[in-house]
Amino acid sequence: MKKSTLWDWLTTVDHKKIGIMYLVAGAFFFVLGGLEAMLIRIQLMFPESNFVSAQAFNELITMHGTTMIFLAAMPLLFGFMNFIVPLQIGARDVAFPFLNSLGFWLFLSGGILLNLSWFFGGAPDAGWTAYVPLSSAAYASTGLDYYVLGLQISGAGTLIGGINFLVTIITMRAPGMTMMKMPLFTWSTFVASALILFAFPALTVGLFLLMFERLFGANYFIVEAGGNVVIWQHLFWIFGHPEVYILVLPAFGIFSEVLSTFSKKRLFGYSAMVFATLIIGFLGFMVWAHHMFTVGMGPVANAIFAVATMAIAVPTGIKIFNWLLTLWGGRIQFTTANLFALGFIPSFVLGGVTGVMLATSAANYQFHDTYFVVAHFHYVIIGGVVFGLFAGTFYWWPKIFGTMLNETLGKWFFWLFFIGFHLTFFVQHFLGLMGMPRRVASYLDGQGLNDLNFISTIGAFFMAVAFIILLANIFVSRNDKAVSDPWDGRTLEWATSTPVKEYNFAQTPVVRDLDALWYEKMKGNKRLPVAEPLGEIHMPNGSILPLIMSVGLFIASFGFIYHTYIISVIGLGITLGCMLVRSIKEDHGYHIPVDQIEQDKEVG
Amino acid sequence: MGHAHHNSGVLPPNPEKATLEGKNKFIGFWLFLGGETVLFASLFGTYLGLRNGTAGGPTAAELFHLPLVFVATMILLTSSLTSVFAMIAMKKGNYKGMLVWMWVTVALGLSFLGLEIYEFYDYLNNGLGFTTSAFGSAFYTLVGFHGAHVAFGVAWIITLLIRYRKGGLTLTNAPKFYLASLYWHFIDVVWVFIFTIVYLMGIGG
Repeated sequence: MKKSTLWDWLTTVDHKKIGIMYLVAGAFFFVLGGLEAMLIRIQLMFPESNFVSAQAFNELITMHGTTMIFLAAMPLLFGFMNFIVPLQIGARDVAFPFLNSLGFWLFLSGGILLNLSWFFGGAPDAGWTAYVPLSSAAYASTGLDYYVLGLQISGAGTLIGGINFLVTIITMRAPGMTMMKMPLFTWSTFVASALILFAFPALTVGLFLLMFERLFGANYFIVEAGGNVVIWQHLFWIFGHPEVYILVLPAFGIFSEVLSTFSKKRLFGYSAMVFATLIIGFLGFMVWAHHMFTVGMGPVANAIFAVATMAIAVPTGIKIFNWLLTLWGGRIQFTTANLFALGFIPSFVLGGVTGVMLATSAANYQFHDTYFVVAHFHYVIIGGVVFGLFAGTFYWWPKIFGTMLNETLGKWFFWLFFIGFHLTFFVQHFLGLMGMPRRVASYLDGQGLNDLNFISTIGAFFMAVAFIILLANIFVSRNDKAVSDPWDGRTLEWATSTPVKEYNFAQTPVVRDLDALWYEKMKGNKRLPVAEPLGEIHMPNGSILPLIMSVGLFIASFGFIYHTYIISVIGLGITLGCMLVRSIKEDHGYHIPVDQIEQDKEVG
Repeated sequence: MGHAHHNSGVLPPNPEKATLEGKNKFIGFWLFLGGETVLFASLFGTYLGLRNGTAGGPTAAELFHLPLVFVATMILLTSSLTSVFAMIAMKKGNYKGMLVWMWVTVALGLSFLGLEIYEFYDYLNNGLGFTTSAFGSAFYTLVGFHGAHVAFGVAWIITLLIRYRKGGLTLTNAPKFYLASLYWHFIDVVWVFIFTIVYLMGIGG
């Protein structure tokens, strides 16, 4: 029995199980990235400290950033998207179940590969942006090879996931669910997936170039051979800036769901919210060079990118006001999920304000590469994305795991985390303005930096304790069974049974208005109208091939890292062989018979 | 949805997107090509940034033989046409015709690859290696990525042709052939840009 359960998880193509695997793996990497952060803050707690060496510090900051962005924040969001989006649109499945599974395993094998660098010759140490020439073969050792290949593999997984969400949302919405009746989380998933589709290939190319240069002696970035280092920066940020919105838009979607559910009101300005999401998505691509104001692009380019950057404040402001107006006059419930959503609004506004300051290209010369920047992006990414992840965790936990998280512990968690977050990062604005550079392992005594650094580290400990309380909460509440609609929800995921059946909906629902479930509740209907009679349901078969394909690339990477190309050939052969098998074997799935669905109905 | 249609007698007019799976593949593949466009745009950008970075090595104007590249271009463009013929045959329900035109497409694709390999070999003999200069690296990367796409496309179509050499058109294999032809057109379009930006600009300055 045990073995078959494991096999079931390794071969599953069920979007809900894949969602859970993304959440578990993402949480694991989140802990890893958090530990790295704690080591960084402990090192910086006192001036001229020797807690970690300068080399280890460089590795820690590189891996902290890389892990948190690629292996924690994105997969955790993907976990929610995978589980929730098909339910929200009333679909039985995603468009490409097999590819969905492949995307997960690619992400995981890339993530593991990247982290194995700690044990084999040292982690990458050139910063998460891996600027050349710092990341070139001349300056960075094996760790960077792990970075290049690990991110390449997990990036491919992300791209596949993005395409899957796009197609799922385009073709698989329940009857009646027009684009303008989709819940905001689905909308933001849609726009974020489009950003993934157009941003990640630039990273793919950047990583290929760096890989070819490091492994095969190419010269793109080597100035003596006619190369140009700024090309890397452009490619990295053409990907890297949209990445910010790939992370924060789904978080915005979560806040929209949470705030309207716990205000018992329709989201204020729904169509303006959708429009703002699209505008932010578009502008996200137009501003990448604001990361490069001090490179020497010249005043014209700097001015254009400064103005484009500041323009993003407009749609974001529209969103902020819509959230406030959703709360206005609502029956606000202060659940943990809602506390995170409420805490997000002022926190994120602070991050937005410093963003406009940084976008002022003349002033940017002063702020550049100081702790002011560190404070800014942590306000955006923790105050926006991580708060969103935590709000989503408390909000969707009952649906995903079938248990209710404890609200008392949840509130301890929120307050400790919220206070710890502001304690850690608010003071860093001042550290930055006083001239403390980022990415430097230590600072001197007597420069007025001691107290604020000490406070900052205390805040980090608050956040660490808060996270331990969250883990305790998960453990304590493991037997507290949830009902299928614990929050008196508005959208379709709350219309499914808990735990959700593998086919999601026994009969495809019909959507008649925005917040379809709430609409039916207000009409006094117990159930959603259905689009079809009860009939047998077609499901895709599980497959072990995605796992093997990912392992193949994992093996190939070791061949490249250690220049043993026969191993690379074997690894790539495994992957291509699996692709061949997949394309030759027709897999028509199976059907769930009607009597089983009726049985489920009686039990659930 | 998604039932197996092994021997359905009459197929709908657009068999490649008649089922939900087919439609999903059709839309998903167009989106994938959107991503591929960014991939090649990034490579073109890199090449444009580095094409004068010859570092004392051979330049584009010294190396490129336009007649050879022109022949290769004509071969590839013709192969796009033959894959269109294959799709026309498919839509008419002429399975045999589709297979034949797809084989012709494969043959043209292989000839193109042969010319490209000869071209690379020639440049190598004339002093331009992958590691000679930034120009060399960028040139082989851009054109090589395209070549790898051609090789992958050829392998893909051959796999389909062998897998489905018998039987007839079904709602399962129609999307597969259709997507392969879509991919093939994409490769052609990229080559048109390579011909202009790499070769014509390389010779004309």
